Amino acid sequence: MTVSGWAQIAILFLLVLALVKPLGLYMAKVFSGERTWLWPVLRPVERVIYRVSGVDERREQSWLTYAVSLLAFSLVGLVFLYLLQRVQGSLPFNPEGMGAVKPDSAFNTAASFTTNTNWQGYAGESTMSYLTQMAGLAYHNFVSAASGIAVALALIRGIARRRADTVGNFWVDMVRANLYVLLPISIVLALVLVWQGVPQNLNHYVHATTLEGMAQTIAQGPVASQEIIKELGTNGGGFFNANSAHPYENPNAITNFIEMIAILAIPAALTYTFGRMVGNTRQGWTLFAAMSVIFLTGIAIAYGAEAQANPALRNLGIDQAVGNLEGKEIRFGVPLSALWAVITTVTSCGAVNSMHDSFNALGGLVPLANIQLGEVVFGGVGTGLTGMLFFALLAVFLAGLMVGRTPEYLGKKVQAYEVKMVALAILIFPATVLAFTAVAAVTDWGTETLNNAGPHGFSEMLYAFSSGSGNNGSAFAGLGANTGFYNSALGFAMLIGRFFIIIPTLAVAGSLARKQPVPPSLGTFPTTGALWVGLLVGAVLIVGLLTFFPALALGPIVEHLLANKGVTF
Amino acid sequence: MREQDEQPRPPRTVPQRDAAPTRGLEPPLVRTPETDAMTSVAASRRAGTQVWTWPLVRSAIVHSFRKLDPRWMVRNPVMFVVEGGSVLVTFWAFRDLFQGKDVGFAFQIAVWLWFTVLFANFAEAMAEARGKAQADTLRATKKDTPARRLRNGSEEMVPSSQLRRGDIALVREGEIVPGDGEVIEGIAYVNEAAITGESAPVLKEPGTDIRSGVTGGTQVVSDWLKIRITADPGETFLDRMITLVEGAQRQKTPNEVALTILLAGLSIIFLLVVVSLQPFAIYAGEAVSTIVLVALLVCLLPTTIGALLSAIGIAGMDRVTRFNVLAMSGRAVETSGDVDVLLLDKTGTITYGNRLAAEIIPVGGATQEEAAHAALWASLGDDTPEGKSIVALARQAGAAPPPGGWDAVPAGAEAIPFSAETRMSGVRRNGSTWMKGAVDAITASLDGETPPDVQDQTDRISREGGTPLAVSENGRMVAVVYLKDTVKPGLHARFDELRRMGIRTIMITGDNPLTAATIAEDAGVDDFVAEAKPEDKIRIIRELQAEGHLVAMSGDGTNDAPALAQADVGLAMNSGTAAAKEAANMVDLDSNPTKIIEVVRIGKQLLITRGAITTFSIANDVAKYFAIIPAAFVATYPELGKLNIMHLATPQSAILSAVIFNALIIIALIPLALRGVAYRAAPAAELLARNLLVYGIGGVIVPFIGIKAIDLIVSSLGLA
Repeated sequence: MTVSGWAQIAILFLLVLALVKPLGLYMAKVFSGERTWLWPVLRPVERVIYRVSGVDERREQSWLTYAVSLLAFSLVGLVFLYLLQRVQGSLPFNPEGMGAVKPDSAFNTAASFTTNTNWQGYAGESTMSYLTQMAGLAYHNFVSAASGIAVALALIRGIARRRADTVGNFWVDMVRANLYVLLPISIVLALVLVWQGVPQNLNHYVHATTLEGMAQTIAQGPVASQEIIKELGTNGGGFFNANSAHPYENPNAITNFIEMIAILAIPAALTYTFGRMVGNTRQGWTLFAAMSVIFLTGIAIAYGAEAQANPALRNLGIDQAVGNLEGKEIRFGVPLSALWAVITTVTSCGAVNSMHDSFNALGGLVPLANIQLGEVVFGGVGTGLTGMLFFALLAVFLAGLMVGRTPEYLGKKVQAYEVKMVALAILIFPATVLAFTAVAAVTDWGTETLNNAGPHGFSEMLYAFSSGSGNNGSAFAGLGANTGFYNSALGFAMLIGRFFIIIPTLAVAGSLARKQPVPPSLGTFPTTGALWVGLLVGAVLIVGLLTFFPALALGPIVEHLLANKGVTF
Repeated sequence: MREQDEQPRPPRTVPQRDAAPTRGLEPPLVRTPETDAMTSVAASRRAGTQVWTWPLVRSAIVHSFRKLDPRWMVRNPVMFVVEGGSVLVTFWAFRDLFQGKDVGFAFQIAVWLWFTVLFANFAEAMAEARGKAQADTLRATKKDTPARRLRNGSEEMVPSSQLRRGDIALVREGEIVPGDGEVIEGIAYVNEAAITGESAPVLKEPGTDIRSGVTGGTQVVSDWLKIRITADPGETFLDRMITLVEGAQRQKTPNEVALTILLAGLSIIFLLVVVSLQPFAIYAGEAVSTIVLVALLVCLLPTTIGALLSAIGIAGMDRVTRFNVLAMSGRAVETSGDVDVLLLDKTGTITYGNRLAAEIIPVGGATQEEAAHAALWASLGDDTPEGKSIVALARQAGAAPPPGGWDAVPAGAEAIPFSAETRMSGVRRNGSTWMKGAVDAITASLDGETPPDVQDQTDRISREGGTPLAVSENGRMVAVVYLKDTVKPGLHARFDELRRMGIRTIMITGDNPLTAATIAEDAGVDDFVAEAKPEDKIRIIRELQAEGHLVAMSGDGTNDAPALAQADVGLAMNSGTAAAKEAANMVDLDSNPTKIIEVVRIGKQLLITRGAITTFSIANDVAKYFAIIPAAFVATYPELGKLNIMHLATPQSAILSAVIFNALIIIALIPLALRGVAYRAAPAAELLARNLLVYGIGGVIVPFIGIKAIDLIVSSLGLA
């Protein structure tokens, strides 16, 4: 580890920290229907959208109507994206003449982008037409992020409101999230990326002859517009197969920084939005602090592990003074690769600028563990906040009794119904990961496309299903996932991991909204301050540890122990 | 044992107003074998039955085996899974036995898994045993007594079981009251030792809110009473009490239900973790034995809290009962922990309700001696606490002793009784007259002018919350007596304690705001409502509840009933009306309104105990992973031995030690579950920090030490 490495990490963290309040405040105002500086320009547009689509923006929805709206909207998008991939061959904006995507892969991709996962079993530049990239994938990058924000808003309102039957209007939240937040930021930052050299065109691929006289095809297309929302919406689906390691997606250190900040900006700022909307910004900052603790710990471990030499190369006489460089872009180096790996997995982004598969065992453990902790450290846009709030409800319920009152969070009593839903939401994720990994581990479907044996092969399967169910989308590659089994199993894992958590979340929002809050007193369980941060971090770690420790022990942990003895896979 | 010492002892005082005899009736001292039996039953209830006695333990052991019935076990999802695991391991052990394998390890695991289930059942049975023992003694006092039923003016003897609601019955001296009822005629002393544990008889008379209710099974020890029966057989107070202490109809409280759901959720997660471990192991090269998997599962399950959850609830109810409070449901006890506003009647709860003389102020140029003398003589005929307190104060002030003693009207003197018309009372002797009464009443009776300094004095007294009384001697006003409502001692400290717990106290009084403010300050309540009519209570409660507060109150009168029903926790006085007792969710047998504070404390202690053991239980799992995972995979990945940070002797010993620890910790925590975690009034943040340290961090560390210690024993005995 170097001082400059840590300085880069510190600068990034401080920049994100600086963004939390302004962006969070802006979002709180937008989603409460308050005036913001973009109002004069965008408000007329918003009105036209409602008039055309027949949405009454003043009419709020119960949690159930809200959930049905979200599910219907997602289902239509899912079907649309599936069909688009199947017929892209006969549609315009297809200079390279891409044919129909095969059904299992099309289903996988449709599920993947609808659920904000952006797991990619295909290679973008050799599979998707420009139309599919723009109207199919980029569209979902916007709306899946917006629906994540919408779910978070519903839960925040559920906590903030007293004796209310409604949690907001899904259509209004969807429109505002796109119109006021995602689109303006994307447009500005896409232009910056173009300035830094990211292509944005509809041209044919370039066929060049290299200095060695080899023929090379250089893929391009409308990259910048899709690149920025990929990060901003914590989507992660690359235009190219190499994702953000590709020089056209992420040409230099500046774009690398912009992209990392874009990944963290909205999830981090939503903690402030939460604090403002529940009327106590300290509550929001406390969540931010708890997230930061896990975040910085993860970076320290990952950077520490990657700064070590790769044990397999130790005896080959290779200078590894800078750490493990296998699978990393030299223009980013070890610290920024490790940092990116942590950022992309604590959030549900999944974009990568290096190969997680090539990390040292413990370095690879961190991204895997981050996903398995539920991506609640900043997390996906919206889903990270709701996930952390669920851990808060769980922590309050487990430890809250110890102050001598039945548990409550921000004045709302946590009772049997909430516990049922929280348990369900927290249960779904490990259940999906463990069940699918178990099937993969003992069947040929799962093991025949593994490129590595032993614990490393196991990690690849575990990572794939963790990434799918957790709606992350990054891969521990080394696993041939474009097979019938993985395409469908991961497709289902992604859908379960998204919607079976969203539904209980909205149910909790509805139930909490109906409650009368208990006014705070000295006897109230404190949900700010260092103690609570510790408790919350403890709850996240304990649940993650208890559910995944055996699996991790058989994957990265034993691999690390074996690697030290010189055994590799 | 520190916790034991910190438990406040149940208060044993008889409330003032019941003890204060009126109308010249002295409570007769009655001791019969029956009253002695009743007293001892109640006293044993208050002291709490000695738990660790052989008969109770033996009955609990028998019950732990009976409770193995899966139909019973299924109520507790965690232990149900453990029982399933025990059956599976036992079956596997026998299978191995018939295949001629070495089964020492398998059988030991099986035995300890069964112990885990039995220990859980034992904890519950021990908690129930206390209640059952009490119910048995109560049942013994519940006899079918002969009753004199009055019908159409004639008296007929029927067994008490034939009395129905609305019947009129006569109870004579020495007879047992045949059922719960209300006094409609007669005045008598009743020995209520069976329910209150106090052997001093209490006065019963018709037409009051606090002295008209009688309870079946108590005994009339003087005179007679005519009562109207208010409960059908089987629904009487004694019946309800038996059901309650026995816990036969115990239902899970809302928080227990929520916790059970969470524990079930955790059980499912752990089941999945363990079941999926087998495919992972097969991928890695070698399957893990079923016995090891079951052992891992049972260790991960939150068995500690699963085993002790119902015992904690039962013991909490039992603690309430020991304070001589009958909670109608566990829900009520749980809610009392949540209460954040206490609504307290001024009279009877905060103050004794008797205005006592605090000062005798000479007016109109009279000397201190003259004033004291006049006040003394004006009060000699007054038997009320007010009158007596004036006599006592005059005596202190140095008034000459009256010829007939301090507490009687001397011979030759004539008492002038209080009448509503004159609003005065006094004594006439040898042509002299001493009168006392309301200032305006005395003023109207004066021969001459009112002394000029009277107005100042009465203003001052009113301002300070007191009541001024004027005293005249032969038509001349000579003194003003300052009557003060006395705040019960020790309340100030209790209210401070409540404030630290985050509970606000509100005093309700019919007094004017000035008086109310003075008393409120004296007592140290946070807030008061002055000039409140009884009907206002329910309005105040509703307003507080609309703001989200949880309100507790105590009350006794009929007009308190709606408010008691509206409050989240309503504590009715046993001496109160049937309507009040019906509406409330708790009844205090000692009729001590301040006891609501104890109830809140017990509620909090119950919740803390539950939370502490839950946290402890889950924190324990960390160490168990470190014991079992390296042991389970020792064949496939010997390198995982590095995770064996406790350096347990052998893989088998590691697994066995974890299982043994898991079972023994249940037994070790039974005393804590039964008596509750130590509680002291403190803000939530402080309580959380302390309990998190003890039960959270402690919960992580203790099993590392415990498992290592057991491993040393197991390996040195060569058990595994």
